[in-house]
Amino acid sequence: MNILITGLITGSMLALLAIGFSLIFGVARIINIAHTAFYMVAAYCIFFLSIRLGLNPFLSMLIAVTLVTVTGLVVYKLVIDPIREHEGAVLIATIALAMFLQEVILQLFTGDYRSIDFMIGGFFTIGGYKIFYQQLLTFGVVLIILLALWFLLMKTRLGLAIRSMAEDREVANLMGMNESRLAMITLAISVALAGITGVVIGPLMVLNPHMWEDPLIIMMAVVVLGGLGSIKGSFVAAFILGFTEALVVFLVPTGAFLKGPVALIIMILVLLIRPEGLFGVAFEEER
Amino acid sequence: MKKRTFGWNVMLIACLIMAISLPAWGKTIKIGVIGPMQSLEGRDHWNGATMAADEINAEGGVKVGKVKMKIELIKCDSNEDKNITDAANAMERLITNDRVDLIVGGFRTEAVFPMQDIAMDYKKIFIGCGAATDELCNRVGKDYKRYKYFFRGTPFKSSYLAKTSIMHLIACAGVIKKELDVPIKVALVAEKLSWTEGMVKLIQGYVPKLGYELVGTWQPSARATDVTAELSAIQKSGANVIFTVFSGMVGITFARQAGEFKIPALQVGINVESQKEGFWEATKGMGNYVFTMNTYVRGIEQNELTGPYMESYLKRYQQVPTYTADTYAAIKYALVPSIEAVGSLNADKIVAHLEAREYKVPSGVIKYEKNNEGVYTHDLTWGPGYLTSLGCQWQDGKLVGVWPNNWMPDPKNHPDLKITYKGMVPIKLPPWMKK
Repeated sequence: MNILITGLITGSMLALLAIGFSLIFGVARIINIAHTAFYMVAAYCIFFLSIRLGLNPFLSMLIAVTLVTVTGLVVYKLVIDPIREHEGAVLIATIALAMFLQEVILQLFTGDYRSIDFMIGGFFTIGGYKIFYQQLLTFGVVLIILLALWFLLMKTRLGLAIRSMAEDREVANLMGMNESRLAMITLAISVALAGITGVVIGPLMVLNPHMWEDPLIIMMAVVVLGGLGSIKGSFVAAFILGFTEALVVFLVPTGAFLKGPVALIIMILVLLIRPEGLFGVAFEEER
Repeated sequence: MKKRTFGWNVMLIACLIMAISLPAWGKTIKIGVIGPMQSLEGRDHWNGATMAADEINAEGGVKVGKVKMKIELIKCDSNEDKNITDAANAMERLITNDRVDLIVGGFRTEAVFPMQDIAMDYKKIFIGCGAATDELCNRVGKDYKRYKYFFRGTPFKSSYLAKTSIMHLIACAGVIKKELDVPIKVALVAEKLSWTEGMVKLIQGYVPKLGYELVGTWQPSARATDVTAELSAIQKSGANVIFTVFSGMVGITFARQAGEFKIPALQVGINVESQKEGFWEATKGMGNYVFTMNTYVRGIEQNELTGPYMESYLKRYQQVPTYTADTYAAIKYALVPSIEAVGSLNADKIVAHLEAREYKVPSGVIKYEKNNEGVYTHDLTWGPGYLTSLGCQWQDGKLVGVWPNNWMPDPKNHPDLKITYKGMVPIKLPPWMKK
């Protein structure tokens, strides 16, 4: 029971991070290493607005997501768009961007550890296992986001355009779609998701300027395991790695620090059998 | 022409001899302060050193032979809590580029090892003010000729930290038995870093000898941001004491989540983050009742130097110093008196003088240890009359001193010896333990 619940909670946190990352890669082939840095910026924004300025926490969260999304758009226009055709350059540029954001946060807030309030305080118990309402919220938000993304991609004109571009960029261009504008919109959605992740997961974390590094590695593992660019794959892989981490903590308590490495080993083992990731082939076929 | 050239050469040689024989002339004493300057530990390294340097310079400086020399501090960010290579490079830069005479600081054991090696390569005195691993000073005893320039400034070594923590555990267990009358079940939670390895083994071996049950050992990463799984397992184990060994961010995560979950157990041991005044805010008040070892606590005086030191520090920085601010004691009470006594900046002479001294610092009395072969290890002597550290507990938003409070260090041989520092209050149990 403990393993099941911990796996679900950890998996949903990983899924929330991985879905946004996967979306922009799947659509625009942009590997945005700064994805978790945007999540960090959102968390610090909430800290600044709600703790330092004393604003209403929900208003702070709204401002934080908006601010992070706008920042993402500006970054896209200034940094990513001019070099978008060179995937390697985009990769390096986003690494630099993440480090830049880290240094800005470090200068503004120092390296001291900070915390933000839970959106919903308290916890409940199932089978002797305690769960924060905030963790339950994370799980709920993942499901809502997945539904919203499905609706956006499958039921709207914008979604149709995004899917067309993901399927064949040149044909989409010939059909009159503005490829750059669509990539920008997709990036905005992806960054907004990072912001929402900061809002939802931030209160469960200890804020520090390096908080983007650890989730980046495990998020990349999720995305690679699931199949690059596959949202469904990211979702499934997030829960596989979430359950792996839970198993390590519960079955090998003295090796709890190994939960990250073990998750990465699982990823490598799966890739040895299926180099394209769990849903890589299916995704390619869709394309 | 030849005669003139010869004359110039004689003058030049004379000037060189003067310059060599009077190294202190017109110079300052450069002390490198190395630490993770973006973190509180590094900032306290710097704060303590700055306060010492300012006080000494205000009195005219350090008397080196016949001249007075001012202290010049060189700040060096090691970034050691993130990158050990950076730390090693920072030490190299401090010595070769900034040309410091002496070094104080260092925090993370994994980084202090390479820092120590570099300082020893250049025969520079390095007083470590942050890392606790025994091996740092064992090296001095094993290879004195190479490592004699390293001294421990603070804290005392890991095995003594474990010993003191066990005394804190006994004190807390006494309160639990008295108030709840239940058998003591201990969960050991230690971050996975080198400084905790020795402590974990020692505590695992010692807890059963005390008649307590060790229900399990958990070792999360020092940077863990979620320990709910560990906490669930701990609660399931029935532990009423959680023995923590944390120096990293996990200390905040653990205290906050344990507090949110109201885990019915008292946290005792070492939680470096809980020694800081920002801990209450960082845990959103969920760190209440966390007990930790500490060096300084408001209102507690170990000797006559503690009060004035705390007063000056609080006035200047508006916060209680953490143990890394003992760079103050390293400069003011260790290095400067020894430099003045030997009248030189010669490292060998300073080492010979310093290691033989016994001197007061704001946290107690320092006496350097020797190993079984009688060789100095430059480690700190632990015990009543020397250094004992403090036990402190968060009680309703305030960090208060709770140990030593009627502590009997040797009940068999000295049953009348009870130690209590001024300002101590009783240990409190979380109310949810009593339900």
